[in-house]
Formats: sequence, C-alpha cells, structure tokens
Amino acid sequence: MNASAGSEDQPLVIDGRTYRSRLLVGTGKYRDMNETRRAIDASGAEIVTVAIRRTNIGQDKDQPSLLEILPPNEFTILPNTAGCYDADCAVRTCRLARELLDGHNLIKLEVLGDEKTLYPDIPETIKATEILVKDGFRIMVYTNDDPVMAKRFEELGCIAVMPLAAPIGSGLGIRNPYNIRTIVENAGVPILVDAGVGTASDAAIAMELGCDGVLMNTAIAGAKNPVLMASAMNKAIQAGREAYLAGRIPRKAYASASSPIEGII
Amino acid sequence: MPPEIMQVVLNGKTQTLDKPLTVAQLVDSLALEGKLAVEINQEIIPRGRYDETRINDGDCIEVVRAVGGG
Repeated sequence: MNASAGSEDQPLVIDGRTYRSRLLVGTGKYRDMNETRRAIDASGAEIVTVAIRRTNIGQDKDQPSLLEILPPNEFTILPNTAGCYDADCAVRTCRLARELLDGHNLIKLEVLGDEKTLYPDIPETIKATEILVKDGFRIMVYTNDDPVMAKRFEELGCIAVMPLAAPIGSGLGIRNPYNIRTIVENAGVPILVDAGVGTASDAAIAMELGCDGVLMNTAIAGAKNPVLMASAMNKAIQAGREAYLAGRIPRKAYASASSPIEGII
Repeated sequence: MPPEIMQVVLNGKTQTLDKPLTVAQLVDSLALEGKLAVEINQEIIPRGRYDETRINDGDCIEVVRAVGGG
C-alpha cells in the first residue's frame, strides 16, 4: 500500500512472516509459464499456490518447471491439496509437498465433497486437519462460509481460515457478505476469502468486509487479458483495504446534502 | 520370469525394469528436471535416502512435482 492510509495499516502476517500484498494467487489455467510469471508479477502477490501432481514420465524434460519460474526464494510457495476428496489423499499430498519443498510445512488444505460444486467436505477436512496439525503442518484451510465451522478450524489449530465467496471457478462473487463479516468479527487468525471471485469489485468487497486477504486463480487466469486483470486485482485489494480502514459512511434511506444549506442566494 | 526382471507400478502405469535399481538410479533414468518427491507403497522416500533405497518387485511408486494450481 502506498497511500498515506498505508502508514495506519498493519502488514499481513501468515505463519510469522510479513507480507506487503494481501492478494494470494493460484498458478493454474495460464496459457504458458511466461504468462503465469507476468500475471503474478502484475498481481503483486508474494504467496502463490501450487498443486502436487504425478510427473509426466519422459514428456516434460524440455519444459521449465513451475518452481524455476516461481522460485521458492522469491515467493512463498503454498502447496494445495486440490483434487483430494478424502482426508487420506490430502494428508499424503501434504507430506509429498513437504518433501518436495525441503521441509516447508505451510499448506493450503482443501478436501472436496462434490465435483459439481467443489464445496468442501467438512468432516474429511476436520479429520485431515487433526492429523496434519499433529504432524507439524501449518494449515490455511479452505472451508465454506459458515462462521461456526470457521471458528472450529481456528480452534483445531489452523493458522488461517479461508472461506469461499462462491464455488471455485464460478466467478459469482461474495454470495454471503453477512457470513463473511461474522467470520471476520469472530476470528483470531487471518481470514482470507478463497474462491469464487469474478472481477475486481468482488475482491474489493471482500477487503471492505474486513478480510485479511483474498486468494484467487480463475478470475485472473481465465480473464481475456490475465496480466491486466492481475493488475486490476492488485489495485482492488488495496482499494478495498483502504476503504475498510477508512470506515465507510452508514447507509441511509434518504439524501443528505453535501453543500451547505446556509447562504443560498 | 528371470529373478532380475521386476514389475513395478510407476505413476499408475505398470512398467518392467530389466535390472535392479535404486531410487536414485530410477530418478536419473527418468531424466526429470526440477524438484521431485518420491513415494513407494505410500511411504515417502526422503531425498537423502535415494541412493540406499532399492526398488523391489511389485512396488507402487509415485514421482510427483509442483504444477500450476489454485
């Protein structure tokens, strides 16, 4: 943040590390590695999510690897458990990610319940959380916009709670702003909206509600011009944060004149 | 089948290895670039143990890397 309001803000702190940017981005769905890197630079994001997948044996030796384009000494790499529909798959994926990233134990836990909505399977997410917390992982958990569950994940030891705005990749925006606000009010850990953002105003609304950050992928990578959308999201996150800190006026049913009443000719 | 011929499942596909291999030799033979993690029969093999860990007949091996994802 570069405006004067910036001096009043505290930086985002995730697992003891300080970040200037409150925008976290995924790295999927880009045309190529070059576009990935340019969009992420335009977004200003310092935390990027990655998926853990089987190597394509014998097919990929000439292509640069994602971690060469986004080196771990430049970005905080946040491996996800996308594609897992049960706790066992998620736990296995996290352990592979930790080995892959030389002991790095910050992960994004998502356990999906349904292919149509990609809504989280909460019982399996709880089961995975309990195992992973004991195993020393630092968990940023994808959950639904339920204030009770959000608090429960915090109590289970998650270091950040990430309620969805709307289904993953849907671009529907914040479907339940009152729940998001309640989750933020109750929280003792960072709350980040994860999934469902469609355009810059959605990201700004999340920040105006008091969220600590927003994680998105499709809204940027799926835009006609991903690099330009990344830049728009960067600004929307900052604008929404400043508006939240500034404190908006209350909504009123009727007009309130901006010019003085007295001295009218 | 001669004793040195082994069948393994590598990333979900059945493969025949014509000689005994360590994990280090297997990874080298795949000529993969970048950071990897290896799991055999659902147990992670730490990078420091690739040289000493032998592949056995019937092993189910996963070799994974980081890819784009949200």
